[in-house]
Amino acid sequence: MNTINEQIHRVPLVLGDKSFKDVTDAIARPAEAKAPKWWVVGVLFSASVACILFAMIGYLIWDGVGVWGLNNPVGWGFAIVNFVFWVGIGHAGTLISAILFLFKQKWRTSINRFAEAMTIFAVICAGIFPGIHVGRIWLAYYLFPIPNSMAMWPNFKSALLWDVFAVSTYFTVSLLFWYVGLIPDLATFRDRAKTRVKRLAYGFFALGWSGSSRQWINYEKAYLILAAIATPLVLSVHSIVSFDFATSNLPGWHTTIFPPYFVAGAIFSGFAMVLTLLIIARKIFNLEDLVTIRHLENMNKFILATGTMVGYAYAMEFFMAWYSGNQYEAFAFVNRAFGPYAWAYWIMISCNVISPQFFWFRSLRTSIPVMFIISIFVNIGMWFERFVITVTSLHRDFLPSSWDYYTPTWVDIMTFVGSFGLFFSLFLLFLKFLPIISIAEVKGVMAIADPHHYESHTKKGGQL
Amino acid sequence: MSIFGYLCEVDNPKDLLDLSKKVYHAGYIKFDTYTPFPVHGIDKAMGIPLSRVPYLSLIGCLIGLTGAIALQVWTNGFDYPIALSGKPFVALPAFVPVTFELTILFTAFFTVFGMFAINKLPQWNQPIFNNESIKKATCSGFFLAISSDDKNFDIEKTKLFLERSGGKNIEAINH
Repeated sequence: MNTINEQIHRVPLVLGDKSFKDVTDAIARPAEAKAPKWWVVGVLFSASVACILFAMIGYLIWDGVGVWGLNNPVGWGFAIVNFVFWVGIGHAGTLISAILFLFKQKWRTSINRFAEAMTIFAVICAGIFPGIHVGRIWLAYYLFPIPNSMAMWPNFKSALLWDVFAVSTYFTVSLLFWYVGLIPDLATFRDRAKTRVKRLAYGFFALGWSGSSRQWINYEKAYLILAAIATPLVLSVHSIVSFDFATSNLPGWHTTIFPPYFVAGAIFSGFAMVLTLLIIARKIFNLEDLVTIRHLENMNKFILATGTMVGYAYAMEFFMAWYSGNQYEAFAFVNRAFGPYAWAYWIMISCNVISPQFFWFRSLRTSIPVMFIISIFVNIGMWFERFVITVTSLHRDFLPSSWDYYTPTWVDIMTFVGSFGLFFSLFLLFLKFLPIISIAEVKGVMAIADPHHYESHTKKGGQL
Repeated sequence: MSIFGYLCEVDNPKDLLDLSKKVYHAGYIKFDTYTPFPVHGIDKAMGIPLSRVPYLSLIGCLIGLTGAIALQVWTNGFDYPIALSGKPFVALPAFVPVTFELTILFTAFFTVFGMFAINKLPQWNQPIFNNESIKKATCSGFFLAISSDDKNFDIEKTKLFLERSGGKNIEAINH
């Protein structure tokens, strides 16, 4: 993306005539200034909402999964929907940080830290749901290959176990990737710290980073390798999530299109969430020169492309249901669009397929209010996609006498709402205490970082 | 030796490249540069060999790969066979996802912790941190330091050499 653009005229990645120190100052300001009022209010509010999550989990463990709205054909409800929703959101972070890094998309430097943080917090929220839905939570350790006195081992042929490994690997690797990226910036914060507590805290995590070139060489190599392995990892994780559905013999789930369709949907929803958060953060922290309209426009192009892929997958599912000649498959899809859950299906279609089409127009793609609204629509639509896939396929199974209608209980809903509280609590803490843009990487893509820049005097500082 | 070495500053990445080349060609080996971001071409200018991190990654990759296959084949195939979905006890295709994930996981561990080991991190206390000016290196400064352990190091001559080669604000790195 934008490679042709750069050949014609080099678009500056950092606007304004900024020096290295200006960049450090701009990014360090939120962490050094006194906590603003909105932040304190925001943290208190989201932490209270997060408390609802923990209360609901406590209630669930105390009383059992009967407090949820699950019924006989619909044995998988909000827990799996929320799990797939949150883990999907995480995928954009890894895409921005790893895949765009491998493709040398320098514009990613302003948004990757932000997106990676979102990945980690989203995966934390995602991990909660499969953890608590097992019923007898004190037996959750069965999921891992831990030697035990019963001489039992997990079943490695189960897609659900693959998921355990995929999501825990994804979380660990994302955390390592994020932390490695943070080390030089933590050292920057350490060296700017005004108080002893800050110096010790940032210094501890900076591991004694000095900016030594002999260390940078190994650091860059390690970062490159992490990016190279995170790329297939992110594609594998959502493929494996889709296997949870695709490996079962249920019409509506048992399709080979699921892995690519889920990956496209994950990137789609993740970009929408990054966009929602970034539009607010760049405004609040005055980072418009670092996160430019061009960054936002590029993300909108991703949303348009992946949204269209998702739309194609929806259409292809219907085509295959008809073309296969399988009456159960055909029924599952007709029921999905026109059955009792048609309302959810059409919310999904309007949010995911129709709303991103506005991004074909440059004026809409570069308008902040328009992209903000569309990103919210996409977030909603992608939650409904998982709801539709899970619930509509289950609620009318092979035996009409057992058909039922699934309605979430207040516990289901409050658990989901509470997970947003956890997500935003973590996110606000990140905004206040860590460098929200990668300081070292942004400096690296500035024109004044290039040794050749100093050989001619025609170029201006801050441009590539 | 009474000091750890000399620290000097230059204005921009290009001057740092030029100074590094001069220091390297003068025969110094134990010197380092400190920059806020990785400067392009500094490895060649300083004569730094290729990083050894990829070898460690490969070792991690192979450990993850073989470990994952061994774990699944032994547990599900021999120690606790589960007859399931018409698959053989050792169902290699069904073991692919977990094998893939563990390969990635071990590669990541070896890459990150291997990089820490090669870079000798964490190392919270280093002689270079005794100099207040080095704090600029994580913000906007470009520094070069020559260690007194270098066989060509001489208290007078090295200082003079740095001055002539364009190093500014030359300081001794004290104990």
